[in-house]
Amino acid sequence: MLAQIIQYFQLNSGQYWHYVGQHLGLTIAALAISMVIALPLGYLGSQIKFVASFCVAFAQVLRIIPSLALLFLLIPFIGTGFVPALIALVVLALPPLLINTILGFNEVSPLYQEVGTALGMDQQQLRRQIEIPLALPYILNGIKLALVEIIASATLATYIGAGGLGTLIFTGLGLYDMTYVVIGALSVAFLSLLAMLGFDFLIRKVRTYDRSNYSI
Amino acid sequence: MTEATIQFKHVQKRFGDNLVLPDLSFQIKRGEFVTILGTSGSGKTTTLKMINGLWQPSAGEILIDGKNINQLDLVKLRRHMGYVVQQIGLFPHMTIAQNIAVVPKLLQWDQARINARVEELLKLVQLDPNEYANRYPTQLSGGQQQRVGVARALATNPSYVLFDEPFGALDALTREELQGEIKQIHESLTDKTFMFVTHDINEALFLGQRVMVMHQGRIEQFASPAEIVRHPATPFVKKLLGTVRQNQELWREQDE
Ligand SMILES: Nc1ncnc2c1ncn2[C@@H]1O[C@H](COP(=O)(O)OP(=O)(O)OP(=O)(O)O)[C@@H](O)[C@H]1O
Ligand SMILES: [Mg+2]
Repeated sequence: MLAQIIQYFQLNSGQYWHYVGQHLGLTIAALAISMVIALPLGYLGSQIKFVASFCVAFAQVLRIIPSLALLFLLIPFIGTGFVPALIALVVLALPPLLINTILGFNEVSPLYQEVGTALGMDQQQLRRQIEIPLALPYILNGIKLALVEIIASATLATYIGAGGLGTLIFTGLGLYDMTYVVIGALSVAFLSLLAMLGFDFLIRKVRTYDRSNYSI
Repeated sequence: MTEATIQFKHVQKRFGDNLVLPDLSFQIKRGEFVTILGTSGSGKTTTLKMINGLWQPSAGEILIDGKNINQLDLVKLRRHMGYVVQQIGLFPHMTIAQNIAVVPKLLQWDQARINARVEELLKLVQLDPNEYANRYPTQLSGGQQQRVGVARALATNPSYVLFDEPFGALDALTREELQGEIKQIHESLTDKTFMFVTHDINEALFLGQRVMVMHQGRIEQFASPAEIVRHPATPFVKKLLGTVRQNQELWREQDE
């Protein structure tokens, strides 16, 4: 098996990196779009109850539907290819982003908003200097969850013709050749792991102030 | 007589059904140091928060320099009104230096001036700048945090400072030294109006040029410390003074 994997890379490394590139491209595009939608909407949700209830209900419904089912359900409406896959992935990434953004802003203690106001901050300064930095660890956690979800689901997106590492897995399954499956699966797992570790590091860095001890 | 710089005219404040301040009227002159003394829940914090517009009165009028507070730009007003919150309220994601620098930054001071001011203030509240400037609030004790809260309020030498029990978490000795500092700051700067809430009757009498004694949302007496001690206006004030007297008797017994 190992020999076959090495052989694959010797012969097809160009193809492999092409799939990785597709996978990452799809992932980054989906993440960027979902963030542009979810972060402002989540902030609004933390201010307006009605928006929050709507977002939470939406997220709950999406959570019940399996990602694979969603991808197939969408085919009749949006067809196949890169754009439909992108739409499906964005929809999947919205729930963790929305919920964690709302949570993050709700967790900002009203005391700090009051103090900021009392010191003479206007709405925008309050948002930039107090609310966003304090909500940031939660938001980053939402981005992390969304990213992992996207990386995993992008594998399935192959099925609706978006390419990526899923192609390897499905090719392998079709040819009964486990080499392709293992390479594809391990690559996806590795990408997910990398995303998780990266964001965990980032979150810890953003929260330096929370390490409450006297001995510094 | 100098014009009143802060004036309450029949101010009422209710939270839902809870009538916290039934009818509050008083005047504070420019440059005065007023202490507010009162039982827990008597409405001291509520009164302070109406002076910087955090809360609106339910009825009545609040005038700042003769102008109704509703007609003022509150953001601008607050930048010249230092405020020490009862809960301390240092921003957890900012270092001590950054916390103190909040208002100077809002007023767009240049960085060199901010740095110098931060250092000066930390020394004033007896925290070594080299050791504390770059720490986060969670890395300070409660009393140390409280002192930073005072430094933050004084950062730009504002015309008004509202102190809400700023020394509650301090030991008697540090407290006494800081009381001295605050008193000295007030004396060294002309035209600074200080409002200082405290539970501690000795603190109220020592710091205040006038003391406002509050009970259940009403002013029991608003007079100079000497006047309050000599002529307590109500049974409540008398009882309050009695708590000090108790201790004095204890000391006298020891001396005899
Ligand atoms: N946001 C609020 N909503 C409802 N009731 C409030 C609110 N803030 C204060 N109160 C009530 O108003 C009354 C006065 O509160 P305030 O905080 O002014 O008291 P205080 O004199 O500062 O007391 P303490 O010495 O304990 O700080 C209390 O009975 C309190 O329960
Ligand atoms: Mg209070």
